[in-house]
Amino acid sequence: MSEYRIQGATGEWEVVIGLEVHAQVTSNAKLFSGAATAFGAEPNTQVSLVDAAMPGMLPVPNMECIRQAVRTGMAINAQINKWSRFDRKNYFYADLPQGYQISQLYHPIVGEGAIDIQLDEKNPDSVKTIGIERIHVEQDAGKLMHDQHPTMSYVDLNRSGVALMEIVSRPDMRSPAEAGAYLSKLRTILRYVGSCDGNMDQGSMRADVNVSVRKPGDEFGTRTETKNVNSVRFVMAVVEQEARRQVALIEDGGTVVQETRLYDPDRNETRSMRSKEDAHDYRYFPDPDLLPLELDDAFLEDCRASLPELPDAKRTRYETALGLSAYNAGVLTADVETARWFEVLLAETAAKAKKPEAEVAKQAANWLISELFGALNKLGKGLDTSPVTPAAGAELLALVADGTISGSIAKQVLEKMLESGDGAAAIVEREGLKQTSDSGAIEAAIDGILAANADKVEQYKAGKEALFGFFVGQTMKAMQGKANPGVVNELLKKKLA
Amino acid sequence: MTNITDLGIAALRDGVAKGAFSATEVATAFNAAVEAAQPALNAFIVTTPEKALEAAARVDADRAAGKPLGKMAGVPIGMKDLFATRDVQTTAASKILEGFKPQYESTVSQKLWDAGAGMLGKLNLDQFAMGSSNETSAFGNVISPWRRPNDTTPLAPGGSSGGSSAAVAARIAPAATGTDTGGSIRQPAAFTGISGIKPTYGRCSRWGVVAFASSLDQAGAMAHDVTDCAIMLEAMAGFDPKDSTSLNMPVPDWAAALDADMKGKKVGIPREYRLDGMDPDVAKSWDDGIAWLKDAGAEIVEISLPHTKYALPTYYIIAPAEASSNLARYDGVRYGLRDLPEGAGLQDMYAATRAAGFGPEVKRRIMIGTYVLSAGFYDAYYTQAQKVRTLIARDFTKAFEQVDVILVPTAPSSAFALGEKSADPLEMYLNDVFSVPASLAGLPAMSVPAGLDRNGLPLGLQVIGKAFDEQGVLNASLALEQRAQFSAQNGSRPEKWW
Repeated sequence: MSEYRIQGATGEWEVVIGLEVHAQVTSNAKLFSGAATAFGAEPNTQVSLVDAAMPGMLPVPNMECIRQAVRTGMAINAQINKWSRFDRKNYFYADLPQGYQISQLYHPIVGEGAIDIQLDEKNPDSVKTIGIERIHVEQDAGKLMHDQHPTMSYVDLNRSGVALMEIVSRPDMRSPAEAGAYLSKLRTILRYVGSCDGNMDQGSMRADVNVSVRKPGDEFGTRTETKNVNSVRFVMAVVEQEARRQVALIEDGGTVVQETRLYDPDRNETRSMRSKEDAHDYRYFPDPDLLPLELDDAFLEDCRASLPELPDAKRTRYETALGLSAYNAGVLTADVETARWFEVLLAETAAKAKKPEAEVAKQAANWLISELFGALNKLGKGLDTSPVTPAAGAELLALVADGTISGSIAKQVLEKMLESGDGAAAIVEREGLKQTSDSGAIEAAIDGILAANADKVEQYKAGKEALFGFFVGQTMKAMQGKANPGVVNELLKKKLA
Repeated sequence: MTNITDLGIAALRDGVAKGAFSATEVATAFNAAVEAAQPALNAFIVTTPEKALEAAARVDADRAAGKPLGKMAGVPIGMKDLFATRDVQTTAASKILEGFKPQYESTVSQKLWDAGAGMLGKLNLDQFAMGSSNETSAFGNVISPWRRPNDTTPLAPGGSSGGSSAAVAARIAPAATGTDTGGSIRQPAAFTGISGIKPTYGRCSRWGVVAFASSLDQAGAMAHDVTDCAIMLEAMAGFDPKDSTSLNMPVPDWAAALDADMKGKKVGIPREYRLDGMDPDVAKSWDDGIAWLKDAGAEIVEISLPHTKYALPTYYIIAPAEASSNLARYDGVRYGLRDLPEGAGLQDMYAATRAAGFGPEVKRRIMIGTYVLSAGFYDAYYTQAQKVRTLIARDFTKAFEQVDVILVPTAPSSAFALGEKSADPLEMYLNDVFSVPASLAGLPAMSVPAGLDRNGLPLGLQVIGKAFDEQGVLNASLALEQRAQFSAQNGSRPEKWW
């Protein structure tokens, strides 16, 4: 794969990237309290006494959150630490009621793991392994609201205490594309595992982007950390902007300061938030309200057993067992909901055709990717809001497979299905779209066309064989698309012989 | 007719159960005693006579209806103002929580109400339980009911549970809750001639107890005698899923199993507790205690707890470290005091609120704690202190391979005068020297009155037991109590001057 380089005045620069991704754990209750976690609730309606840090309140770990972190660790083949511990990270802020965040600094629950990213969907050799240093669980903070009062800020504690996983990568990425691919792949895995919904626009996933630059082969440069970047596109933009800024700075004789920065998407630039000199001393120490977290084998086994087929395995299976192209397998497995949709479609299609899945997989995959995605896209919808269910799709595919309708009619039927929500068979019946294999009717149409185009018949017979397609098209047109293409071909060949 | 306010838990409960007097009569008598003593002793921050009467009325109604009565039925008690009590001001004796009325009830207080106890009021204490004399309270110090003969100098009731000790000693409450982080039940019990037990760490839920140092804080009972402490502790203790450090173990019927026969038991006497320059009266009372336990049939064994001398510095690193973090929530944002100067930003509000709300001792400990957790100092202080804490706990584990209980003095002196030590924090901290090691090890420990010193002031003896062996502690304490004959001694109760 080609190497990403920044062209500076003094030569080429390499960019080094590490991501710390905060992923909100999917759970009904918070990490240390029973309060609800639903997105979008009225401010301060999902706050327990613990979340508000009332005097004498104590945290009790929500084992569902722990389970999700362990399952996530298993999904990235990471070491699971059976003994871990919670630490307090102390700092004052109005969105942090306890005056400390309960996190895991010294003994995280998940140790080293890795995920593979593929930079080019069509090139299986473009795979790179990105190391993951650790995953720990911690509490989210509340949210300040500055637009509610002319001189005061309000605090919404609904998010206070919600469980986050912090997934820390190694500084293994070298380009905006790699950073983007890593974040996308991580999101895919989290959604497969079901440990995070991956809704970046709702803040369920956000990344702190660590960037430094160096001359290829040199030691790592000083890094900056751009906080709370909430889309794949923005992460890529941050890497690019930050790398260019650092190169320009160094080449102008400056030095990069280790600091925290913020990304402004409107101006596509990063800005300094605070430097290392103003950095907090977080005074981490083990939380004395909590015992060390000790996980037994039965718990781990339960976590492992509950893991679904993961994206890489699924993709390989689609290619080898179902015979799909690498590209199609990649598209269908990139999101767990797509894969789920495809698998229902596949099962229904195979059942209707009374054939093994492998024999109908290509048809189903092609239809889903080329037909349904395109049609939904035009409507501004996704699979999750598709008016066509997998079963309805399978019904349509069955009509094509058994020759009831042609492929081109199928496109029309799909459009009508999307409009009306009716089933394919009902639409075909109602609109009289059934394909005909009645050779008498087709023959009559062919005879008419050949008679009307005697000159072209001559040319064809003289060797201009490309005209065959013209005759097919004219015949189909005359038949309003409902003629069985196989029968048309056969009869035309006979008549033109 | 006996004076109701002279009676302890067992006598009141049994009297109510038998119908010798009603719970309402009991509550009325103690409410009156509280009201009469409050101006002089300042033992309570708020009094709640109506709560005592409500609880009593329920007990009387239950009894009339023939319903079973709880372990503490008809006994009104004082509640240390560190326990959150629903709709009743809970302050930890700090201005920063003045006016704060929780929407919740601490597990321990709820268990006591469920057992039929009633609340006389919220007892004064050292601010955030930081202190050994009650002088750090933001609501005025408690005055001990004890005085030296022919001397009206106000004396310290001990701390931090000084409101508790004063109230029980003055017989204005038959019993009171206490909390003990480094000796805050045992030292005030010793200073005022009452009994007090701190159970094994985790026996009593910390849920709803304003936190000082989470790894050390433990609630316990303060009462006239060992039996009353056993009854009350049973009512307080028990597993609480809301406290992750709570012990998931059944609570034994300690009172029923009380047995002062020490035959076959070994009592350890740690040589490291015999300090140079030890108060001769304290030394004598320790010797008395040894003789009494021998008399009760125990074998006395000299033992060594070699890391004892490091206990105090270790404690004064760990406790402030935890406190500095635990007290961060008092920031003026959500409840309690808010000091928002004109034009102030968030940081100014924090600074102003905390400057105005916390007393000097609390600030001192927050600063110590912040310092020992700071980058660059953490390993030298906090990490090292945790290691030493482990060694101290190991000393006890080894000792308990040889002995069943350990007998030591509770405090290095009898009660001192208010103001006598408050100028020098270090001298004040030294008061905890005998109580802190058991706290660091999380062990059950109890103070029982041993006698009076040359000033006519009470001295306490401390029994330290194995983890979970409150029974062993209570039994040895009972053996001491029976031989000390403290309650029968002349001058064993403070003469009423208030």
